[in-house]
Amino acid sequence: MKARGVIAQARAETTLGLRRGESLVVTIGIPVGVLLFFGKVQTVSVVGDPLTFLVPGVLALAVMSSAMVSLGIATGFDRRYGVLKRLGSTPLTRSGLLAAKTLYVLAIETIQLSVLIGVALLLGWRAGGGIPLAFLFLLIGTIAFAGLGLLLAGTLRAEANLALANGLYLALLFLGGMAYPLRRLPSAVRSFAELLPAAALAESVRGALHSPMDVPVKSVVVLVVWAILLPVLAAKLFRWEE
Amino acid sequence: MPEPLTSAIRVRGLKKQYGSRNAVNGIDLEIGVGEVFGILGPNGAGKTTTVEILEGYRKPDSGTVEVLGLDPWGQGDALKPRIGVMLQSGGLSPGLKPLETLRLYAAFYQSPDEPKRLLDLVGLNDSAQTPIRRLSGGQYQRLSLALALIGRPELLFLDEPTAGMDPRARATTWEIIQALSEQGVTIVLTTHNLAEAETLCGRIAIIDKGSVVAEGSPGELTGAVIRSELVFTSTPGLDTETLQRSLGVRAEMCRETTSGTYVVEAPTSTELVRAVVNFLHEVNAPLFSLATGQATLEDVFLQLTEETP
Repeated sequence: MKARGVIAQARAETTLGLRRGESLVVTIGIPVGVLLFFGKVQTVSVVGDPLTFLVPGVLALAVMSSAMVSLGIATGFDRRYGVLKRLGSTPLTRSGLLAAKTLYVLAIETIQLSVLIGVALLLGWRAGGGIPLAFLFLLIGTIAFAGLGLLLAGTLRAEANLALANGLYLALLFLGGMAYPLRRLPSAVRSFAELLPAAALAESVRGALHSPMDVPVKSVVVLVVWAILLPVLAAKLFRWEE
Repeated sequence: MPEPLTSAIRVRGLKKQYGSRNAVNGIDLEIGVGEVFGILGPNGAGKTTTVEILEGYRKPDSGTVEVLGLDPWGQGDALKPRIGVMLQSGGLSPGLKPLETLRLYAAFYQSPDEPKRLLDLVGLNDSAQTPIRRLSGGQYQRLSLALALIGRPELLFLDEPTAGMDPRARATTWEIIQALSEQGVTIVLTTHNLAEAETLCGRIAIIDKGSVVAEGSPGELTGAVIRSELVFTSTPGLDTETLQRSLGVRAEMCRETTSGTYVVEAPTSTELVRAVVNFLHEVNAPLFSLATGQATLEDVFLQLTEETP
């Protein structure tokens, strides 16, 4: 009975997600665009095949876009429209709603990763190994970014949340070592960027896909800390009514 | 009024403070199973806080609250399958469609009502596939009502259910509420529409400044608070002393409230009306209008909630 409600809610969330054109641009359009553009146009020189560098970056970007931007903005407007309040008087519990939103993010990510990996394979990308480990890091990244998305959604007005989530997406794309290597950044900016969850996720996935031996421990630690800190903050500070 | 055999809602000494403000300051309520109970009061009186505590949205500071025998804050998981809630505004995803939303909510309950039947009941058949963002205010409210009914609730909370509805939709909604009441559903109705309260509610509590200031059936409230009166209009400046003597009532019962409008506070009867007409005939004054009758709930409401600044 309870599972039926959670699944119905997850399906409604996914239906809404797929109906929001602007959300699809952010979750599918931009990551695919980054992959095609930087994969085909050699704007930044990287050592070896640019795809080896780019694919882990766009996978991290995809996770950031669905877990933080798409989930966060949708939840912010759920709060604005009183949807969260109304659901609060139904038998769907808060943990049920959280489970439904988790399933929604996983559903969108499945679509994203299928499309991105498909495009990458067509472009000639081959994984170096460590695929299960890469997926584990993407999952931890999902937890961190969902925490961030919900933290913003549950504390800001819907419009401020919309602007900030999109702004963070852009900033973290630039500071995340996703489209070009972090070493291109000035060293002060780089040291700062390395402490942010975006670069930590991209570097962890990149290391794993290169070889499980090459995983950068510092990036993994940074990622895990964010994945604990952000959901805890979100749970503490989330306000159900705007 | 006999005590209800079983209580759907029992509240004793309920208090809730926001900062230093007492939103609810010691409310007692007893609502019987199957009653339609109205909660009235000016904005900021504590109605919404009280109802939201009953619905399990807020934790009371002190006092005891029992809803269907359960504590709405501590036992919400057991209570929520048995209640239906219609919020005053909002609550629905603008991107979903009415039928989708009803089917979604149906999945939350053990033995839900039929989504299409409810759409039909509230007259939204033609809008089943219209995105909610394109519904009118009245259509949105009707969908909210249908959603409140989807779980076949024993207890229904309706907050301003007919706000924004056209007269036909309002009449339909009143019929739905009356039919639910006949089926034994307990209904707690918050409203600003006093005619609505008078039409639908068996009993009413008027809340002001966090306390219940009056409680009873609409008849008891209007009968107890203001006596019967007769109002007529004529030329301004008639001699109310002569009027009072020819009517045989005490002086303070007879006054010109505004220029040309006269109020006689006395039990109305055909004799009283005849006496008024005789008086006007004798002083050769015209009669523009004459009305008799008890105070309305609106008079009661205004008198009770206006007195203290």
